Amino acid sequence: MSPAMLIAALILTPLVGALAVGLLGRWPNVREAATLITAATLFGLATQLIGPVVDRQDVSLTLIEILPGLAIRFELEPLGLIFALLASLLWFVTSVYAIGYMRGAKEPRHTSFYVFFAIAISGAMGVATAGNLLTLFVFYEVLTISTWPLVTHKQNDAARAGGRTYLGVLLFTSIGLLLPAIIWTWVAAGTTDFTPGGILIDRLGPTEAAILLTLFVLGIGKAAVMPMHRWLPAAMVAPTPVSALLHAVAVVKAGVFTITKVVIYIFGLDFLANVPLEQYLVYLAGFTVVAASIVALKQVEIKRMLAYSTISQLSYIVLAALVLVPFAEIGAAVHIVAHAFGKITLFFCAGAIYVASKKTRVDELRGIGRRMPWTMVAFTIGAVSMIGVPPTAGFVSKWYIIAGAFQVDNYFTLVVLMLSTGLNAAYFLPIVFRAFFRDEDMAPKVDHAEAPWPMVAALTFTAALVILFFVFNGPIVDIESRILEVGK
Amino acid sequence: MSVLEWMPFSVLLPLIAAPVCALLPGRLLPWLLALISVTASAVIMAFVLPQALVEPMRYFFGNWPPPIGIEYRVDAVNGFIGLLIALMGAVILPWGRLSVNREVPERQGLFYALFLLAFSGLMGITLTGDAFNVFVFLEISSLSTYVLVAQGGSRAAPLSAFRYLVMGTLGATFYLIGIGLIYILTGTLNMVDLAERLPAVADSRAVQAAFAFIIVGIGLKLALFPLHRWLPGAYANAPSAVTVFLASTATKVAIYVLLRLVFTVFGLEFVTSMPFAEVFFVLGIIGILFASTWAIEQDNTKRLLAYSSVAQVGYMALAISFVSIAGISAGLVHMFNHALMKAALFMCVCTVIYQAGSPHISAFRGLGRQMPLTMLAFVLAGLSIIGVPLTVGFVSKWLLIEAAIAEGSWFAVVVVLVGSLLAVIYIGKVAEAAWLRPAPEGREPVREAPLGLLVPMWVLVIANFYFGIDTRLTVDVARRGAEMLLGASP
Repeated sequence: MSPAMLIAALILTPLVGALAVGLLGRWPNVREAATLITAATLFGLATQLIGPVVDRQDVSLTLIEILPGLAIRFELEPLGLIFALLASLLWFVTSVYAIGYMRGAKEPRHTSFYVFFAIAISGAMGVATAGNLLTLFVFYEVLTISTWPLVTHKQNDAARAGGRTYLGVLLFTSIGLLLPAIIWTWVAAGTTDFTPGGILIDRLGPTEAAILLTLFVLGIGKAAVMPMHRWLPAAMVAPTPVSALLHAVAVVKAGVFTITKVVIYIFGLDFLANVPLEQYLVYLAGFTVVAASIVALKQVEIKRMLAYSTISQLSYIVLAALVLVPFAEIGAAVHIVAHAFGKITLFFCAGAIYVASKKTRVDELRGIGRRMPWTMVAFTIGAVSMIGVPPTAGFVSKWYIIAGAFQVDNYFTLVVLMLSTGLNAAYFLPIVFRAFFRDEDMAPKVDHAEAPWPMVAALTFTAALVILFFVFNGPIVDIESRILEVGK
Repeated sequence: MSVLEWMPFSVLLPLIAAPVCALLPGRLLPWLLALISVTASAVIMAFVLPQALVEPMRYFFGNWPPPIGIEYRVDAVNGFIGLLIALMGAVILPWGRLSVNREVPERQGLFYALFLLAFSGLMGITLTGDAFNVFVFLEISSLSTYVLVAQGGSRAAPLSAFRYLVMGTLGATFYLIGIGLIYILTGTLNMVDLAERLPAVADSRAVQAAFAFIIVGIGLKLALFPLHRWLPGAYANAPSAVTVFLASTATKVAIYVLLRLVFTVFGLEFVTSMPFAEVFFVLGIIGILFASTWAIEQDNTKRLLAYSSVAQVGYMALAISFVSIAGISAGLVHMFNHALMKAALFMCVCTVIYQAGSPHISAFRGLGRQMPLTMLAFVLAGLSIIGVPLTVGFVSKWLLIEAAIAEGSWFAVVVVLVGSLLAVIYIGKVAEAAWLRPAPEGREPVREAPLGLLVPMWVLVIANFYFGIDTRLTVDVARRGAEMLLGASP
């Protein structure tokens, strides 16, 4: 297949999968097989694109012009390639996990769950391959809307309230801030194509550029930079595989991916370096890193704690992107992957604990490591990666970010990273300690061991990825480092 | 016969069919005749528009050249609007048959006759090139609409129709006074002649008074805030088919008349000397914000959509107030797009009335499972009114914001976006009831609507997406229309 056809296939495959799942709803096993086959096919298609992108072939596809001069256009570059690979791989793993979870936790309405999940993945593929801001916005909104039924899956009062916050914040930011930012870019530059080196040089003054960048950073609500973070804890009412989708596979990743892309391909590092007010956004992202960690420290619900941890980790990426030096940009791109592996492991563990024991609180986990050793070892690996200690994925990205911060003597970023490392240790390590080295307060109501095997298999696999990424990150970093090559 | 000679029949066919329709017995025949004549009208307009884009088509009635006779003059603007109205009529009639059978069980011949009169009135207003002829057709469509609204089954329907009659008559009278004044000053009623003669007398108070009378008169018809009070009641209490038809066509025609008279007849120079842009800017903004907020408060979904319509008129007023090619073409595009989305939304709500018996939001609970196709259509059309990409609503919002940024009016940008977000709330309210709440206990299970209602509804929903992706027709034609109105091209 030609690269253009592959791009189309990336977006259409999950949709075909959604249709198949919808039609096969009556036979659960066949339906789940359809999801897995689609996910595997999608990952296969994404790997086919590695070659063309690495060889710098033209990997683009232009469809119809929606508005004069503004087409729906796809173009895959290294960052998008990594995002597409990541999302499709983790979709497969999450699907395996979801089969165990949805049956184990006796959730209702499995068919609509898998259908909307697949549509959301199609949205993520569109975001990854978008060639201009308009196309990106289209799929960004597809992702927002298709995940709303997933967040409200339980259909009780809490789910409705959570869903309202989720949709409210995401649509408020995207329509209220991101859309005008995109139209402003269009009016100023006459194009919204992602171009190496940026499209806004000489088109905007420094102050205007700072305002526009602020609109982008806050408008991309999926990146959850404070004060636009409220939707993420609210969405914790959803079933755990959905949390995995939100936190690792697609949604927040689409957010930070978009910010990184805007910084590199719309503004351009050289241009932003001459925008002094950009510093305030660095401070805002740094504040989010620390503040969200402090809030996470006080959470008693495991999933809410992980949600605040995600908010903090996402702002690492935003912060790194805004440091504006090559090393930090690579760090940002690598951290998208590293955080995804770590956080999906942690969520898988939280869900496994819930399915096996119905426990949702941090203080209930004493001694659980003896009942669920695989789960808690995986949890430990995920936690260590969040803290950023070797031999885990989190260390790799932190290394690049710190190297970048040193390049420009950005001590603010260094202090933020140090503080955050300490805070992360402070809220993750006690859980690990309690789980392995304390005795249970009382015997649980139901005598349980590990969660159903698909869940354990999935979380073991992702935990292994966390370690493997530490060892074999070379090819990915290599691809990622091409994002800074200015056009030939 | 050439296309030119066919062109007036898009108005005449329904007009001639109306009295025949009144005499036809039973239910099927009147509906069939109405459908045939409206569809014929749409086909004629589909042939007319491409020619009108090349150069304005002029047809002299009875071969009397203006200013003695009446002239029909079709260019990019009214060819576009005429096609829109005729198409909406041709989609709504097949949908309306079932709901009319339910809501107006007897004397359907008369009902469809009135419908045809209202339709041909709107077509006439659109196609004519004569300012007094506009008034005549305005009265034809208005009078028949009052009667149609009164046919709604509820006890509030006659009262709403009466309110509409009072306000509508006031509007028509104001319009007539304005036309009378400029006739006295210029001695002609033909729009092109008026445009030539008015600049000579533009300084006189009489012309300025005429302008004010005409604006207020049309403002009443198009339900521009604060002249909108008749609209929610009329929309909420009319029979379903009438609501859908009015919501997608009547206010659009009023906006067209406004554009035509303001820009073609009075001319850009005169308009910029009057506080026209300022007034429309302010009223548009207040309309968007207030009407959207009121929409959120409504528990009757028909009223909710009606207030949303008032807000959408605000968008169009705002777009026109920029008095730029970008602004007016955004307004024209939004007229077309709003017809598509509002007709689809009203069809969904009226289908729920047909199946579940109530437009109240509590009746929507649990309908997501029981009427999935209808409620999915509602959500998709709702996304369009919010302005989510790939829908027509997104195209409208984009063009409107682009025009506002080009004018440097950041305040307008903020208002448009706030309006979208308010739409999220009022559409979300209905969607949440339908999809996330269980059906009320003790209610008989509601079944999915029959195909006769579903097919036209989904045709419109698909159109909402089709014209959101392929915008060549709407954006290009609207831009040409705007250029012509502002005199940038012949």
